Amino acid sequence: MATSHPRVAQGVPWRSIGKILIVIFCVLFLTLPLIEMVKAMIADPQLLVRQLLIGLTNGAYIALIALGYTLVYGIVELINFAHGDLYMLGAFFSLTLVGVFSLTPETPWLIRGPLLVVVLLATMAFTATLNMLVDRWAYRRLRGIGSRMAALISAIGISFVFQNLGLLWGYLRFPFMNGVMGSNAVAPKSFPALFPNVNLLAGTGVRFGAKDLIVVGVSVVLLAALYVFVTRTRLGKAMRATAQDRDAAALMGIDVNRTISLAFILGGALAGASGMLVGLYNGTAVFDMGFTAGLRSFTAAVLGGIGNIVGAMLGGLLIGIISALSDQYISTKWTNAVVFGILVIILVYRPTGLLGDDTAQKA
Amino acid sequence: MTTAMLELQDVHTYYGNIHALKGISLTVNQGEIVTLIGSNGAGKSTTLRTISGLNSPRTGQILFNGTRIDRLPAHEIVRLGILQSPEGRRIFPRLTVLENLEMGAFTRNDSVTMKEDLERVYTLFPRLRERIAQKGGTLSGGEQQMLAIGRALMGRPTVLLLDEPSMGLAPVLVEQIFTIIQDINKQGTTILLVEQNALMALAVAHRGYVLQTGLIVLSDSAAALQSNETVQKAYLGME
Repeated sequence: MATSHPRVAQGVPWRSIGKILIVIFCVLFLTLPLIEMVKAMIADPQLLVRQLLIGLTNGAYIALIALGYTLVYGIVELINFAHGDLYMLGAFFSLTLVGVFSLTPETPWLIRGPLLVVVLLATMAFTATLNMLVDRWAYRRLRGIGSRMAALISAIGISFVFQNLGLLWGYLRFPFMNGVMGSNAVAPKSFPALFPNVNLLAGTGVRFGAKDLIVVGVSVVLLAALYVFVTRTRLGKAMRATAQDRDAAALMGIDVNRTISLAFILGGALAGASGMLVGLYNGTAVFDMGFTAGLRSFTAAVLGGIGNIVGAMLGGLLIGIISALSDQYISTKWTNAVVFGILVIILVYRPTGLLGDDTAQKA
Repeated sequence: MTTAMLELQDVHTYYGNIHALKGISLTVNQGEIVTLIGSNGAGKSTTLRTISGLNSPRTGQILFNGTRIDRLPAHEIVRLGILQSPEGRRIFPRLTVLENLEMGAFTRNDSVTMKEDLERVYTLFPRLRERIAQKGGTLSGGEQQMLAIGRALMGRPTVLLLDEPSMGLAPVLVEQIFTIIQDINKQGTTILLVEQNALMALAVAHRGYVLQTGLIVLSDSAAALQSNETVQKAYLGME
């Protein structure tokens, strides 16, 4: 350009000095810890593998929640703040059913196995329905009027409502629940150890329990089913079409509101499954467990490229593994800083996320 | 013995406070190509959006084969056989060409007739067959236009609403598209055609309406409009 703006660079190259300072800072503060980390990883490969496997398990349940964020965002561009809390309600619902069915670690597998499947399906149905109804009552009316802020604020409100619902749930002492909520209403609730506590890799020095396999296995099945649904079926394609162009979808005869409901139903079902799996895996559920899980899952969705289904799965896996490595090699207290630091770096250089589309950020 | 298939009676449509259609009345008879011409912002696209149910009229009626459709949601209007190829094509950019066409047939969940219709679209637009697995967003402008029309045809329209099918196309392609529009009409589809290219539109249409700032200012047979002095000056670029 002939008339480009005169740059300050004439006298002092401030920008380069800034860059040099950042590089020096990074070298000083990051090199040594990084070297230490790598040394520690090499020194004890078994520990590294163990952490990676923990990351895989955590990644699986994070991916399940992340999909709910990404499906809904992809189609209505709403960050569904209440989604993490929906996952918590899934955990509470499944715990209640565990009480109703009087499932204990002594229940024979022939009965326990099928009943656990029933609990899983019922929980998914519960959170799916709840998510769909909340969309109808609290979000749908706010769509298309004013700014997107209205629906976002509504979602934040629902998040608090859900958390208080979780607190209220802790007070429930119906006889048919068989005392599953414990004696203290606010305290974390305990699940009975219904997943077998066997190390599948016993003798190798690495731990991958049967319960890890259940969490990962169920997640993979659900993720695969969702992927096939969205890419291969008529309704799944209609959902992608609606995400890409709502008016054009309506002109194809697609009922847009129903398709949006479908996104909430699918996302809700996956969150419920995640809540049950994590509850049984960790043996505990508490009314505010949805906050951190929701935040990490949302991060996973953004990391993978929000609106992108495979991106949410990949993002979940990455967040799971990074967290597990950070827990072990840095400090659990630093994990959130590390996870979000990496998110910031990736977003600065790739604002649409790892698999996000450059032209648009949806589906 | 003409029968009114689609009829608008004193239709008023608003965007917020903006009064976009100020009482449109028009008729499309079975088997016709009717064109709606007029300059930018005259309300041509709004008229089509209102018929399709994307906008609802504040007052006035829209009748299809004698029944009111102006309070139906867009997806139900499609089920009646009124399909639109919208302004700006509105292809689904990250669906493949085939998936885009499948979406056109969304209301009919039946794979046998779908194959027939796919063949029909490929015969009209052989280019689409070559691009079958390509993402809609990667097509050229002309190909996207073919896809948009083909997609609407997949819904087996009784009435096809075409919004600016010539926009942004090279002259050769424009001719080709208008020939195809005539072919589609000869195969039995009634067409309401919105165009800025009044010359071409009047050449293929049976009748026409001239729209100006939300009002119909002229209506006549296409031949009469072609020789009308006002039309020639304002829309055909003749002095």
